[in-house]
Amino acid sequence: MHPAPSVVLFTVLSGMGFGLLALLGLGAAQPHGLAAFLHWGLGYGLAVGGLMASTFHLGNPQRALRAFTQWRTSWLSREGWAAVLTLLMLAPVALAAILGAVLPPFFGATGAVMALLTVYCTAMIYAQLRTVPRWNHWITPVLFLLFALTGGAILTGRSGFGVIMAILLGVALYWSFRRGDGAFAAKGATIGTATGLGALGEVRQFAPPHTGGNYLMKEMIYHVGRKHVSRLRIVAILCASLLPAAILLFVPPLPWVLAVAAAIHLVGAFAARWLFFAEAEHVVGLYYDAR
Amino acid sequence: MTALPPPSAKKLGLVIDLDTCVGCHACVTACKGWNDQGYGAPLSDMEAYGSAPCGTFLNRVHSYEVQPEDAAPQIINFPRSCLHCDNAPCVTVCPTGASYKRAEDGIVLVNESACIGCGLCAWACPYGARELDAEAGVMKKCTLCVDRIYNDNLPEEDRVPACVRTCPTGARHFGDLGDPDSAVSRLVAERGGYDLMPEMETKPVNKYLPPRKKGAVEASPLAPLLDVQATGFAGWLDRLLEKF
Repeated sequence: MHPAPSVVLFTVLSGMGFGLLALLGLGAAQPHGLAAFLHWGLGYGLAVGGLMASTFHLGNPQRALRAFTQWRTSWLSREGWAAVLTLLMLAPVALAAILGAVLPPFFGATGAVMALLTVYCTAMIYAQLRTVPRWNHWITPVLFLLFALTGGAILTGRSGFGVIMAILLGVALYWSFRRGDGAFAAKGATIGTATGLGALGEVRQFAPPHTGGNYLMKEMIYHVGRKHVSRLRIVAILCASLLPAAILLFVPPLPWVLAVAAAIHLVGAFAARWLFFAEAEHVVGLYYDAR
Repeated sequence: MTALPPPSAKKLGLVIDLDTCVGCHACVTACKGWNDQGYGAPLSDMEAYGSAPCGTFLNRVHSYEVQPEDAAPQIINFPRSCLHCDNAPCVTVCPTGASYKRAEDGIVLVNESACIGCGLCAWACPYGARELDAEAGVMKKCTLCVDRIYNDNLPEEDRVPACVRTCPTGARHFGDLGDPDSAVSRLVAERGGYDLMPEMETKPVNKYLPPRKKGAVEASPLAPLLDVQATGFAGWLDRLLEKF
């Protein structure tokens, strides 16, 4: 799949933002005054910025409000609802923290659950697609949630929780790479089943249907840069998981330390998310004898 | 609403005969010609006369080579378009309700004025049946020429999809696949019509007819006539000349 920069940016930034909002809602950090403004502002900024970035790849963004109508069937619609509800439900909690008031923990906790539901909905947009076997698995929502919780834990300075989440994230990333490599073959779709000609003999493309490119090939058949896959996988696991875990474990959680850990984590998260798209193979490539 | 309707009794669709298709691309041209000027946004071309032309089409014809184990390789031309699936994943993923399946005849359509162009339906389709139009920013797909098949202003023989009407070899058939007695359903039963990528569980309505089994080359019915045996004087002369 084509790793559109807007979608990579959106999923990484809003994931981290909703992770931070979830942990703030749960009271993992309880800043007051200016510190509260900065913490909550960062959470809202990341979440909203990511959502805005996601509208850049739409063909007709002026109709984006219509995406709230189909929550009964569509994960994309559910994600929109969950995101808006999270931002609304946590707004009083954020305001109270900034103004020095205290709300019962129920408000923050329900907002936190909603924030994690938002991340789950984002992941399910990809995980629901049978056409992309690498994504079509429960590991996809697990990965997205672990990214959100690791990012949130680093930004709120919860070292212990952060180390556990970061290590779980590393394990999940490693396993998802390994599983993903065999996912397409395991699904059983081949050029033979795609054309139905497999029973007659070995099928190969003789002539493509068009000499130029088209939307399908640009969007779903992407192999540029796959040659760096193994190095990028190491970067992803090292930066997203192992280095932040080491920093949280051995360095006292001063603000600048957390900022460095978060920056390193983001590098890993971008590498992992770029791979998530670039490595994903869509079954439509079978018709073009290309993946 | 992007919930799928309960399975309709009437299932309009195409049956494509891979034995008969010669890969002339006339269906591609007829499809683009018709759908460029009626239903919805026109099918745009980008850089049509440039070095890298690219455009939106609702129908594409691939050509494959099949190598059987014990026979000569075969070229098979393979038209690919929307299969109007019963269990259409492109419908349920749509966040706006723009992508829908008609309850009355099973045709899968896009309401372009509600489409935000997110492309998720194209991702959900295993068959590459949907292409996002680069000019209009909305998703385009085969409409089964819904503006022809019910059009009383057209002569009756034209009330079929443009691709079916134009096919010079009769490789494309249109009809109701929900009716077991329809011509297309009988054709599917007789020729062993099949689904593409059944492992995707989309339950396509359109069916493909496999190439007929090609046996060894049969002897010509005129062959006995070629085996002429000279008799009488000619026979004597024949035998005599053989001796020299």
